[in-house]
Amino acid sequence: MPILAAGLDWSIFFQPAFDGSGNYLRFLFVGFQWTLFVAVTGWIIAFVVGSIVGVFRTLPGRVLPTLGTVYVEVFRNIPLLVQLFLWYFVFPDIVPHLGTWFKQSLNPLLQQFLAGALCLGFFTAARVAEQVRSGINSLGAGQRAAGLALGFNIPQVYRIVLLPVAYRIIIPTLTSEFLNIIKNSAVASTIGLIELSRQSQQLGEFTAHWYESFIAVTLLYGIINVTVMTISRFVEKFTRLPGYVGGK
Amino acid sequence: MKKYLVGATLCFIALCPGMRAQEELTGTLKKIKDSGTISVGHRESSVPFSYYDDKNQVVGYSHELVMKVVDAVKQKLNMPNLQVKLIPVTSQNRIPLIQNGTIDIESGSTTNNLERQKQVDFSDTMFVIGTRLLVKKDSGIKDFPDLKGKNVVVTAGTTSERLIREMNEKNSMGMNIISAKDHGESFLTLQSGRAVAFMLDDALLAGERAKARKPDDWVVVGTPQSKEAYGMMMTKGDTQFKKLVDDTIAKIETSPEAEKLYTKWFLSPIPPKGLNLNLPLSDDMKQLYKSPNDKAFQ
Repeated sequence: MPILAAGLDWSIFFQPAFDGSGNYLRFLFVGFQWTLFVAVTGWIIAFVVGSIVGVFRTLPGRVLPTLGTVYVEVFRNIPLLVQLFLWYFVFPDIVPHLGTWFKQSLNPLLQQFLAGALCLGFFTAARVAEQVRSGINSLGAGQRAAGLALGFNIPQVYRIVLLPVAYRIIIPTLTSEFLNIIKNSAVASTIGLIELSRQSQQLGEFTAHWYESFIAVTLLYGIINVTVMTISRFVEKFTRLPGYVGGK
Repeated sequence: MKKYLVGATLCFIALCPGMRAQEELTGTLKKIKDSGTISVGHRESSVPFSYYDDKNQVVGYSHELVMKVVDAVKQKLNMPNLQVKLIPVTSQNRIPLIQNGTIDIESGSTTNNLERQKQVDFSDTMFVIGTRLLVKKDSGIKDFPDLKGKNVVVTAGTTSERLIREMNEKNSMGMNIISAKDHGESFLTLQSGRAVAFMLDDALLAGERAKARKPDDWVVVGTPQSKEAYGMMMTKGDTQFKKLVDDTIAKIETSPEAEKLYTKWFLSPIPPKGLNLNLPLSDDMKQLYKSPNDKAFQ
């Protein structure tokens, strides 16, 4: 194996980074923080927007469900990378005043972060919406009818009867979406956000130790995802209801 | 009697020209001979070194040089029908692909530096560049000190990125440095007004400028901040293959062929748009053509 012959040198992580910010371990940690920051911000947007759109798709009437469907189809069918370029390169150029302000007054790092978080958030929202919708639909018409019969109005039926159960049912798929948004956040490296995968590429470029860099970054992504999975298991366990998925 | 026989055999071996040419093949050359293929790594958009033209063919200054190396390999192995596999590489995967043997030689715009020499071997230098700035003609920026407090774009992982960050720190210039994914995106960042200047190797800046909608709007300025030597990359420690590559490059560089090649790619219209980079032969390049070497500048 030529790779092994070249030898892996783990001491590179303690060499000073090219940008003078400290050693390369710290350098990777900066990327780790940005990955978490952009993924979590994106996830908050995705959860809020996705819940609203998902609920829209299950409402009676015509206008709101159609709006929901259009949202899901648009954001689900445009590739993530294309959406990111739209957010970062196209919108600032076509929106008259706001765009120029965004491009020229904001710190570049903030621009990249905002474009990345918005893009990931709205893209993932389409997927969350589909899960919220199927969660609600899985409850059948009976619960909705029972709620209405008790004298609740539509917002009350959703808030008190349908959503508390629907969210519990879709915890496992929401976990997958959260894991996806963390992994997808790597696309933000293409617009220059200094997140984890970007930092590992920089580390490779400047030290020429690509294998060490890739191994370290794989482990770091692994740590994030295992943590998320563990937390989500606990949430699932503590919130489950008798008679439903995972409950007794 | 036995002694005479041995002596005669030795004489025969020493004199027979056919036998002497049969130097034993090792490493890359043996691999190429056994597999009947040579894998050449090239770049997709390093104008004018190694890139796709409008017919989707790989062309460029570095590419022509590496094809001469391929010819030399064919001749050395006596395999006129040697298959040439062209494999596109990026700046991220080029070193791993050399190390794991996917490509036998890489030729594009790879800087020969001491960090990389620990991982791979470099051939004799093909080109020497200086790192400068691409700016809009009417921007009023003439040199590096004019960048104080401005946004500057560099391509991630380039020497320019390292240099500009150092300069920013040392002279507290308060620049915002954007590092874009590739040269195309850096230029897009410059064109969209996010940054006022794009720092990179002068030859590559001339190449990016040639791709612009209106090349005349852009101009390369500034005092060169560093020199870099581009070389071909090969697996580490394969002296037999490296000697063949070095000899081929040195032979071209010391012959009139070198200036012809230079004129073709840097002083005449090039594909895909038929633009002329107009980059005159620098003193460093003249020096290189006089005495080819594989020295790194840093």
